[in-house]
Order: sequence, then structure tokens, then C-alpha cells
Amino acid sequence: MLYIIVPAYNEAKNIGRVIGELFEIRIPQIDNGLTRMTVVVVDDGSTDNTAQAAQAAGAIVLKHEINRGQGAALQTGNEYALANGAGYAVHFDADGQFNPADITEALAVMKDKNADVLLGSRFLDNRSQIPWTKKYIILPVARLVNRFLTGLKLTDAHNGFRILSRRALEKINISQDRMAHNSEIVRQIKKHNLSFAEHPVQVEYFEYGQGVGGGLKIIQELFTAKLFK
Amino acid sequence: MLIQVLLLVFFLFALIKVFIRWRAGDLSLPGLIGWTIFWVAAAVVALLPNSTAQLAKIVGIGRGADLVVYVALAGLFFLIFKLMVKIEQMNKDITKLTRKISLDENVIARSEATKQSP
Repeated sequence: MLYIIVPAYNEAKNIGRVIGELFEIRIPQIDNGLTRMTVVVVDDGSTDNTAQAAQAAGAIVLKHEINRGQGAALQTGNEYALANGAGYAVHFDADGQFNPADITEALAVMKDKNADVLLGSRFLDNRSQIPWTKKYIILPVARLVNRFLTGLKLTDAHNGFRILSRRALEKINISQDRMAHNSEIVRQIKKHNLSFAEHPVQVEYFEYGQGVGGGLKIIQELFTAKLFK
Repeated sequence: MLIQVLLLVFFLFALIKVFIRWRAGDLSLPGLIGWTIFWVAAAVVALLPNSTAQLAKIVGIGRGADLVVYVALAGLFFLIFKLMVKIEQMNKDITKLTRKISLDENVIARSEATKQSP
């Protein structure tokens, strides 16, 4: 069974459309049982009708009573998927910035390369129109910081698109509730010796995203975590 | 000196607060003892400022008042560090609780749905 985990915070406007598009994708026959797909929306304490909209669109909705952050929501989704017999779990954003069609190909690549984890990258093709300040200043710095903190060399500094195999789901435990979970996952890939592959994904920019302040906050969260470990 | 009176009044106020918190069950007995010793010691230092001079001389600081400031600052920063760790732990616990509630609610909703369907 394939689980698509969509953490959502106040995404009532987009969530229905995103789920609709997800249900349209074709799932490759990777191994036994991967013809079925479930979309799990983790409503992270939204104050709008995200949960209702997601449910109406056919998703299973897990509701965080209070906002705990994207990392926390993803871990909730992971645990749900694991407890319900997931073979694979896709992490997918709720705002519609990813292309659902990338999932099909990414799954096939994962199977091909026998990878435990697949990480999306915006730099392996040129479909993503990345704002130039991001492309040439913020992301290279982020890549370096990540490499320093996680020890893995990647072409992208995590955009949120990833697929975890069951083995990866069992090993990876996201304890960074907020945005630093991206780097934490990469660190755990290395720590648990999980095999990984990168695959080009398309990211559409509606809003700028993290920005410099967000990036600095992530670095601070990671250092705090290292300090208090 | 006026400052001594003001400080003593404040320390007394703090002591009363400590006692009230202990009575209300918000403070453990070791907490009560620790904070009482702390505020009484502070009162002694305020009343007899020269009492710290001897100690200051031993550790190599010129004035007793400086020693008090240094120790207080170090203590405060350590306390802030401990509080930050505590808050971080509490945040993690709140997340775990939130996660458990959301997963449990889903199980309940599903079992109710299967009860209704046949």
C-alpha cells in the first residue's frame, strides 16, 4: 500500500484540488500490494476548514488539536502509515507546489535503484522556476550547511518531496517539529545507513517559501538540537 | 540604608511567595528548602554586605559585591539554560501527546464507522 502524507495548515483553499490530483496518478506495480493508494492529510491545528475539505476530497484526516509544525505532522503521518501496513510513504506539500505526476516516476526509480529513500531535487532538470536569489545565494549556502550538519552531499537542500520505503519509515523518527526536520531526515538516512536516490521534481513557486529568515531559523533549530542532545 | 530596607522587603515578599507556592502544591519540599535558603542568604548578604568580602578575597575578587554579581550572573545563565532544555522537552512531549490523540481519534472514528456499516 502506498501512503501519500500531506501535512496541512490552513490549506482549505488548495487541499481539495491537491488531493484530487493525487488520486489521478497512476501507481506503478512495485511490489505486492502497491496498487492501492491512500492519501493521509495531517491537519496541523488549522483554524479554517482544511480537515473538512480534505475529508470531502476522499483523504483520511488525522487532526492535530494544536499546531505542532510540519515535522511533527509528517511524523504523525509516518506512524499512521507504518501502523497500517504501508509499503511506501510519500511526503507531499498541501499547497500544490509539487507535481503529482513526479510520484509515479520517482517510485519506479526507487525500485530500480533499490533505494530506501528518494529525495526530490529541483536541480536535476530545469522544470522548476526557482527565484534567482534562492537558486544562486540561499540554496547553495543551505546545501553547504546541510552537508556540514548531515554529512550527505545532495544536489538540493530538501524541498519536501520525498518517498520513504517501509524500512526507512521504521528507522526514521522525526523529532524536529518545525522546519529543521528536512535536515534531520537526511542526517538519519546517513546514521541508519539507508540507501537513497535523488530524482528531479518540479516545484512551482507561488510564494517565496522560507526566505533568509526561515533559513537562519532552521540553522538555529538544528544547532539547538545538537546542543541539547 | 534605604537600599537595604527595600531589598529586605523584597526578599521577605519572595519568601512569602515561596511559602504560598509550597502550600498550594506547586513547589516540592526540596524546592521550598532550596529557595528559602537562597532568599535568607540574600537577606544576610544585604544586611551584612561585608560578609561576602572574606569569600571574595579567597577566590581573588576585590569586592564582596562583585562576587555576588558574578555568582548571580553565572547562576542566572545556568538557570536559563535549564529552562530552555525543559521547554524543549515539554514541546516534544506536547507533540507526542498531540500525535497520540490524533492517531487514537482516527482509530475510534474507524471502529465506529465499521460498527455502523453492517
